[in-house]
Amino acid sequence: MTISFSNIRAAVAIIVLGLTVSACGYNTIPTAEEQAKAKWADVQNNYQRRADLIPNLVATVQGYAKQEKDVLTAVVEARAKATQVKIDVSQLTDPEKLKQFQDAQSQLSGALGRLLAVSENYPDLKSNQNFLALQSQLEGTENRITVARRDYIEAVRVYNTELKTFPGVIWASTFFRGNKPMAEFTANESSQTPPVVKF
Amino acid sequence: MIAGQAFPARGIFGPRLAAAVALLLLTAIAAVALTFPALTGRIVDQANVISAETRSALEPKLAGLEAKSGIQLVVATVNSLEGQEIEPYANELFRTWKLGEKAKNNGVLLLVAPNEKRVRIEVGYGLEGTLTDALTKVIITNAIAPRFKTGDFSGGISRGVDDIITVLTTDSSEWEKRPSLRLDSQPAPTKDPFNWLIALIVVVVIILLIVSPGFRWFFFNVVIQILLSSGSSSSSSSGGSSGGGGFSGGGGSSGGGGASGSW
Repeated sequence: MTISFSNIRAAVAIIVLGLTVSACGYNTIPTAEEQAKAKWADVQNNYQRRADLIPNLVATVQGYAKQEKDVLTAVVEARAKATQVKIDVSQLTDPEKLKQFQDAQSQLSGALGRLLAVSENYPDLKSNQNFLALQSQLEGTENRITVARRDYIEAVRVYNTELKTFPGVIWASTFFRGNKPMAEFTANESSQTPPVVKF
Repeated sequence: MIAGQAFPARGIFGPRLAAAVALLLLTAIAAVALTFPALTGRIVDQANVISAETRSALEPKLAGLEAKSGIQLVVATVNSLEGQEIEPYANELFRTWKLGEKAKNNGVLLLVAPNEKRVRIEVGYGLEGTLTDALTKVIITNAIAPRFKTGDFSGGISRGVDDIITVLTTDSSEWEKRPSLRLDSQPAPTKDPFNWLIALIVVVVIILLIVSPGFRWFFFNVVIQILLSSGSSSSSSSGGSSGGGGFSGGGGSSGGGGASGSW
């Protein structure tokens, strides 16, 4: 009887210990980390989606406004550059890398903005159905980028806060010593306002 | 600063504690940035621009769409966007109301801000392939904006809703009814601040049950009695509340799909 009773006690102790460990936020750091990484994937996907729209857009504009060579080349070049800068999830803690990514993308935003501004001068282009559809897709993608960025910034904030505050700081300084705070997006005004699209 | 001065003797912990408190306060402030109208039904007419006839004509259409396809389409008009652009406002409103089923994210929000002269169709993640950005833009420019321009909000909204429903119900593979997949009755796995508290209470109860015979007696005689009696009496009332026909979001989310326009 006594042996079985102490066995029960041991079992209960293990359950209690397990409950307390998970209740004290042992899981919170890995969960927040995975969350932030997933949000980053969204950000990158949406930028990729924008890059995928550009060849079609450039081709359409070219059909009506061949003389705007400079603007068109600038977009094509900025796109090539932006698609080269990719960030692996393990590089998210590197602010330098993130800045590179951001710079390349905002350069593309600028070039796209100029292209759309120039398009205003061509009435035939402006009323082209294909162009209108591309424009609304581009507009939607810019908005998705904004949303994905906001979600990522929020996820990183949660993760970084967890690393610095109680009780996460205990786990961060013991079991998760390798976990470093993730770099935050610098809220860049020019890249946050999508290119103006008018109908 | 004040928090830092309050713990002058603590040396290391003072500033850290102050920083932690400041962080918590910031989080609290960021969370209450926008105030939204409550989701009282499928039509939330805060700006009071939809006529009674249009409302009673639209409501069965919206309910029918959900019954047929599970898609939650909600029409909202607001008095003010509170200084925000319509895109972030619509996205946060959509996420606050959690339109669409949780697993499918099949919600759509038609948001009208008459005072700002802005309109937006915000599309949940799951419907982005059917109700594309280009299509929502076409609906806004052709069906909604021209009517809004003449002040006919009821007409613009009902034409917009008709067109949205047409687009959504044309591609039947997207909206095949699968009621068994409806997941909104399950609790959302969001981070619950009371989770650890409940765990703690359970742990304390288990420990007390083991070490204290007095508590054991109390627990089995009193607590179980209370639980049993409340369980039998509350079962009828909870059944009534869920069958009351109230409307709520199904837990869906949106990533900013759709289009906006002005008139």
